[in-house]
Amino acid sequence: MEAPTGAMQQKKGSRATAVPPPTPEGEEGGHMKTFIGKRALASAISLVGLVILVFFLSRLTGDPTNLYLPLDATTEMREQFRELHGFNDPLVVQFGRYVGALVRGDFGNSIRQARPAMEVVLEAFTWTLWLAAITMTLVTAAAIVIGSLAAFKVGGIFDRIATFFSLIGASAPDFWLAIVAIVIFAVNLHWLPTSGTGTALHWVLPVAVLFVRPFGLILQVVRGSMISVLGSAYVKTARAKGVRTRPIIFVHGLRNAMLPVITVIGDQAAAILNGAVVIETIFGFPGIGKLMIDSILLRDFSVVLAAIMVSALAIFIMNLLIDLAYAALDPRIRY
Amino acid sequence: MSVTDIQTPSEPRDRSTFSRWLSMLWADKLAFFAALFLLVVVLCALVGPLLFGDLATRQNLRGRNAPPFDLSNGWAYVLGADALGRPLLLRIIVAAQNTMMVAAGAVLCSAVIGSGLGLVAGYSRKRAAQWIMRLGDVIMSFPSLLLAVIVLYMLEPSVANIIIVLAITRIPVYLRTTRAEVLEIRERMFVQAARVMGASDRRIVFRHILPVVLPTLVTIATLDFAFVMLAESSLSFLGIGIQAPEITWGLMVSQGRQYLTTAWWLSFWPGLAIILTTLSLNLLSNWLRIALDPAQRWRLEMRGRRNG
Amino acid sequence: MAEHLLEVRDLSVEFHTAAGTVKAVQNVSWHLDRGETLAILGESGSGKSVSASAVMNLIDMPPGRITSGRVLLNGRDMLAMTAEERRRINGARIAMIFQDPLAHLNPVYTVGWQIAEMVTTHGGAARDAQARALELLGRVGIPDPQAAMGRYPHQFSGGQRQRLMIAMALAMKPDILIADEPTTALDVTVQAQVLALLEELQQETGMGLLLITHDLGVVAEIADRVVVMNNGQIVETGLAAEVYRNPQHPYTRKLIDAAPGKGQMPQARDRSGAPLLRAENLHKHYGAFHALKGVGLTIMPGETVAVVGESGSGKSTLARAILRLDDPDSGSILYRGQDLMTMTPRQIFGLRRDLQMVFQDPTQSLNPRMTVFQLISEAWVIHRDILPKAQWKARVAELLVKVGLRPEHAARYPHQFSGGQRQRIAIARALAMEPKLIVCDEAVSALDVSIQAQVIALLDGLRREFGLSYLFIAHDLPVVRDFADRVIVMKSGQIVDEGPVREIFEAPGHPYTRALLAASLDPDPEVQAARRQARASQEERIPA
Repeated sequence: MEAPTGAMQQKKGSRATAVPPPTPEGEEGGHMKTFIGKRALASAISLVGLVILVFFLSRLTGDPTNLYLPLDATTEMREQFRELHGFNDPLVVQFGRYVGALVRGDFGNSIRQARPAMEVVLEAFTWTLWLAAITMTLVTAAAIVIGSLAAFKVGGIFDRIATFFSLIGASAPDFWLAIVAIVIFAVNLHWLPTSGTGTALHWVLPVAVLFVRPFGLILQVVRGSMISVLGSAYVKTARAKGVRTRPIIFVHGLRNAMLPVITVIGDQAAAILNGAVVIETIFGFPGIGKLMIDSILLRDFSVVLAAIMVSALAIFIMNLLIDLAYAALDPRIRY
Repeated sequence: MSVTDIQTPSEPRDRSTFSRWLSMLWADKLAFFAALFLLVVVLCALVGPLLFGDLATRQNLRGRNAPPFDLSNGWAYVLGADALGRPLLLRIIVAAQNTMMVAAGAVLCSAVIGSGLGLVAGYSRKRAAQWIMRLGDVIMSFPSLLLAVIVLYMLEPSVANIIIVLAITRIPVYLRTTRAEVLEIRERMFVQAARVMGASDRRIVFRHILPVVLPTLVTIATLDFAFVMLAESSLSFLGIGIQAPEITWGLMVSQGRQYLTTAWWLSFWPGLAIILTTLSLNLLSNWLRIALDPAQRWRLEMRGRRNG
Repeated sequence: MAEHLLEVRDLSVEFHTAAGTVKAVQNVSWHLDRGETLAILGESGSGKSVSASAVMNLIDMPPGRITSGRVLLNGRDMLAMTAEERRRINGARIAMIFQDPLAHLNPVYTVGWQIAEMVTTHGGAARDAQARALELLGRVGIPDPQAAMGRYPHQFSGGQRQRLMIAMALAMKPDILIADEPTTALDVTVQAQVLALLEELQQETGMGLLLITHDLGVVAEIADRVVVMNNGQIVETGLAAEVYRNPQHPYTRKLIDAAPGKGQMPQARDRSGAPLLRAENLHKHYGAFHALKGVGLTIMPGETVAVVGESGSGKSTLARAILRLDDPDSGSILYRGQDLMTMTPRQIFGLRRDLQMVFQDPTQSLNPRMTVFQLISEAWVIHRDILPKAQWKARVAELLVKVGLRPEHAARYPHQFSGGQRQRIAIARALAMEPKLIVCDEAVSALDVSIQAQVIALLDGLRREFGLSYLFIAHDLPVVRDFADRVIVMKSGQIVDEGPVREIFEAPGHPYTRALLAASLDPDPEVQAARRQARASQEERIPA
């Protein structure tokens, strides 16, 4: 499922883009390393706990043997299948074997596709990474521009329209949007393909449907953050200096308003990276979300575990990038 | 200069709390209608299955996939009928109960557990706080789909179990928010003042910190209610949530999907019900954020007066 | 009639608020000429900064509305100009600096960029702007201007930040500088330096200076003429020295009388006998920062001990250590002979009844979601044995009357009171414990002068009535002059001077005490003029 709703968790403090300021000299180099180290350690602890939990819990969902062998398979064949994939040993032994292989860099094999699980996962992950990158770039650009302009005249006609549509966007279930979009654009108008990949046109519907909810949420946060920044003392100073309206919004205001926005952008991107399951399923998009749900349903345990580890690593790296973005935007933040 | 600078302390008004809140709600027309709509939904959820339980499950093979806006079959069929000829309007009304129950149950459980843990993690400086946060991280990154499948196979996919799945996945939201707020509030002067008076930790947490965090929690919970509804719909849609013959709006959308090209209304109306409910919750949450903030409340009170 | 540089005529502004329409200023008129300094003097809520905001086009409309009047710059009405015309005037012809420079400087851009922006905004070339910014930084006394260009506001001290604001304001050589409470948040010694800089720059450029302040001392130090405001109206206007010597309006008289440091100083007390509290050799570190370096003090029963120091002196850390809010790293605190540092939590709990605290900002120290009754009676909820529940109501009423409020105020919430009233509630809350010692941490610094005088009088009266002792923390000497028995002067975590109040004020031993006394501003313009003269002749002698 999707993202933590970030709209409310606006962080205190403040932060821009238009005019690149001179960056402060590297007085923090060493602290930065310890900071990354500490974060990596905390994430590693969480990841170990997660892998253990997933390993044991996922096996509670049943034996995959029956799912893979034909109904008329003999007991002997079943036994052979179990032996081959090591399902006969006690769980703890299976886990020990798994960890042993992990240390050697072996993530196990996919039962379903009969090739290394990591290979399967990375292939799917690449697709999802592109989907997330394209969608979030569009969302971020649109939400920032429209949200900032809405905040400049609170209660004005532009603000009202933007707010109303962003709320609807934040409220729409993506699977519903997806099927309505398919009915309109693919079935009735024949403008776009219903599912699959191949041409650029195949990307239009998934990206468009994925765009809606994050756009609504992020626009709300941009607007709220911008309103409070535009009421701040330093914006008053800028007005007293005679600075023009546009630089007040996009130079003085925006950079300060970005911190809480970045947090939510991160949350939303993480949600897509974790697998836009529903969208990928409906549009037959071979991403990590579809792989995840298929593997869970077909008890392809190695793939599930590899997918979780790849997602965790991706999200760790993204959170780190977000922290770096904080520090780049706000000189008061040092790690 | 700020407006508050020149405000003189105002005399307390005699109006009752209820009517004051009502007039603040009226001041924001969108929020007012949102609240009204939610009231209707809650009513449907409470009495819908009692009144229409039978009608909504009675199959009518002649009316299979009957189109909407055709009143010849009676008002129950105004939104059309599903693949078994059951009236969509009544099914939506009946499904409101499960949909609301799952969301309300999940929000309540996750809010209570999450904010409780958040209070502990924020107030105590002990190691326990660290472990709570790590636990939050693990839950946060545990794939909720897997959790749902595990519950589906281990237990049965009943309403109660879906509530558990959704509640667990939402705990970190309250945990993080509460902890962040508590970290800030416990340094405030009035908490220090209570400590100088010798107030116990329990008193400080429940009497001084919790009441200040509560408005934020209420606002988040409203927003989260909408989110949980969408999540439940997604699970039902993927077939790992509530199972037929129980119905929820999400399941209805999913059931209608195969008739998409011939009978769009099967998926459309329940989807619209979801959108309108989440939209109402979002609007109400926005209103709450202002109404519960003493520094912003004047916006509503002012508008209320001008209109009244 | 001669044309003034800037003239405000019959200006009225109102704001729409929750409590209805508030007339912020009514029919306000004043004028400012080249080279002169006009001060607008008023307490909070007097509307003293509204007319300046109108000049700068900083009033948000709505909720604000200008209902009448004109603002003439060289005879042209600014209110009739287009937004673009007014934008060109802001910063270029009229510049403004504010009270809290940290909040008013953009935190994410370098100061060099922010000063240069003033030039580029008004059409200057980027290269010239950089050169001008560098020159200005040097002019306002920022050390190493070249390096300072690339730093951010949070990397400077409070006084330096105000210098940065001034540098920015002067970038376009404006005809008028508006300074809104420019020194209020600064330490006294820094305040004197900033005011001196402003005066110097005014002489250099011949600009008109409009100073908005609540402080008679600042008026006495720098203003030629003064406009006194109360409740949105001008009550008196005239030459600064004239108004001080011969105030016409009762409000002006009240303000002048309320200025601290004119009353009788208490006689030195007999300090034999058992002390109420004795702290010895307290040390406290915050990371690498050594906040207390071996501090000790003694408080006798019924005595008021004042601790005076500027920011960073460790005075608040000392107060918090004594109350065990932040435990010191080492040292001992004896209350009636018992060591607080070795007490069990249970003993500390009992002790809380005797030691109470009143905080600086009553807006923050009172829980906003509790009624006055709940706030005061909380003492008895926590310490069950003080008072049986049946008597709470009567006792709360009694305490409210004692601090100058009314019994019916018990049902209200803190936000329904003014700042001074809130501090009275905080005092009533402390009294509910029936304490022996009250620690007042800057308890009157956030209040208006006239309210300050009332609260101090209240505290003094309560001391006599209940035989209380006070540990009174302040950043300013005059406040404690009429009130304290003993004064302790702190600097950088150490006590530099200590003695009976008369000794400190009349024969200060330590050079730092002398510097503090010299920097504090007297409300009498003539006294300040004499001090300035003395300072000037001293400076002439030193460089030779």
